[in-house]
Amino acid sequence: MSLNDNPMIKNGLLLALFALCCTGLVALVNALTQDTIALQEQKQLTETLTQVIPNELHDNVLFEQCILVHSPELLGSKNALPAYLAYKNQQAVAIAIEAIAPDGYNGEIKLIIGIDNDGQVLGVRTLSHQETPGLGDKIELRKSDWVTHFSGQLFKDNTDLWKVKKDGGQFDQFTGATITPRAYVKAISKALTFVEQHRQDLYKSHVTCEGNHE
Amino acid sequence: MSNYREIASQGLWKNNPGLVQLLGLCPLLAVTATITNALGLGVATLLVLMGSNILVSLVRDYVPKEIRIPVFVMIIAALVTCVQLLINAYAYNLYISLGIFLPLIVTNCVIIGRAEAFASRNSLAHSAFDGLMMGLGFTAVLVVLGASRELLGQGTLFDGADLLLGEWASILTIHVWQIDTPFLLAMLPPGAFIGMGLLIALKNVIDSRIKARQPKVESVGVTRARITKVS
Repeated sequence: MSLNDNPMIKNGLLLALFALCCTGLVALVNALTQDTIALQEQKQLTETLTQVIPNELHDNVLFEQCILVHSPELLGSKNALPAYLAYKNQQAVAIAIEAIAPDGYNGEIKLIIGIDNDGQVLGVRTLSHQETPGLGDKIELRKSDWVTHFSGQLFKDNTDLWKVKKDGGQFDQFTGATITPRAYVKAISKALTFVEQHRQDLYKSHVTCEGNHE
Repeated sequence: MSNYREIASQGLWKNNPGLVQLLGLCPLLAVTATITNALGLGVATLLVLMGSNILVSLVRDYVPKEIRIPVFVMIIAALVTCVQLLINAYAYNLYISLGIFLPLIVTNCVIIGRAEAFASRNSLAHSAFDGLMMGLGFTAVLVVLGASRELLGQGTLFDGADLLLGEWASILTIHVWQIDTPFLLAMLPPGAFIGMGLLIALKNVIDSRIKARQPKVESVGVTRARITKVS
């Protein structure tokens, strides 16, 4: 009768052994690539941040001055989103803030906006989106220079013009797609409102993102 | 020798995983909007397929029949995770643009299909070669579909090649013609289905042409026709 038990135990042990080997392999590769992946993510972040806050404006490392901001109303997300502070000679000069346009044509559009102390937009970039390829994806810099039109625009006293042209604003919608740019401009305008309202609080807040703090 | 040739022709043409076995349709249809993505996913699938064929072939004598499927699944899952980590580390942009379809290689039936149907019954060298050929066949279909969709949809070829191969590759991007409003049907999943159908039809046409031509040759080389069948 013990013949019946034996293959069960043998197979069980064999499966356990395979599971161990496979897990070991994954753990090994993970350990080997961990640092490179972290580095890549940081590089990517730095690259994006440089595009929304030009390097010559600040002398600190942006991703080290990362704070978490929470405003479901104006930033479009229930969760806290990161923002990065730019300093020059210990003075806060600008902030890059992530925001979400929840009403894109195909779900959320994640973007990042750089704003200086005068409320001037330094740069806007799309971080992630699922808009229709060929129509809504012109919000990517790779596809179109549309997002560069926000750079240098003033927000203060101009709030009425922060709409697409179809709605009486100053920004072009692109051919065939109105929903995407409308959601996009609205998200920027809301995020800018948020910064205008809370600028000093933001500058005063302590670095809250994990890691990177020296 | 003829054995390897047979494996190659099975993987690349006769039993092509994309066109004949119709396995792995989900990534096939989802990521083939551009050549770059198609190539990236094709190569990743190829790596996993070769790796899993090699490993499965290595352990085939030690794994009892009853537990072979869970063992294969574990091997494939481990390999996919490794490939995903490696691409994340060394081709970060590609990792971003392939998105969810990279970990989803694990659900690509081609891989477990080849493990079960071929690697678990054949020698290491044959299995590795089968993995390579099946992977190439799959990649070829991805690339052809990606090329035609990209060409019709946005009038370019190799758009975003720099994501896959590094900065220098941006010169590879070819603007074949200028399209003001992109041909959406080609870019969206329905276009992938239609393109796929056309490709399969094309393969069938070619096959039947070859068949129609064969009787003329047969009087000369009957033996040759038989050899391919025996092996």
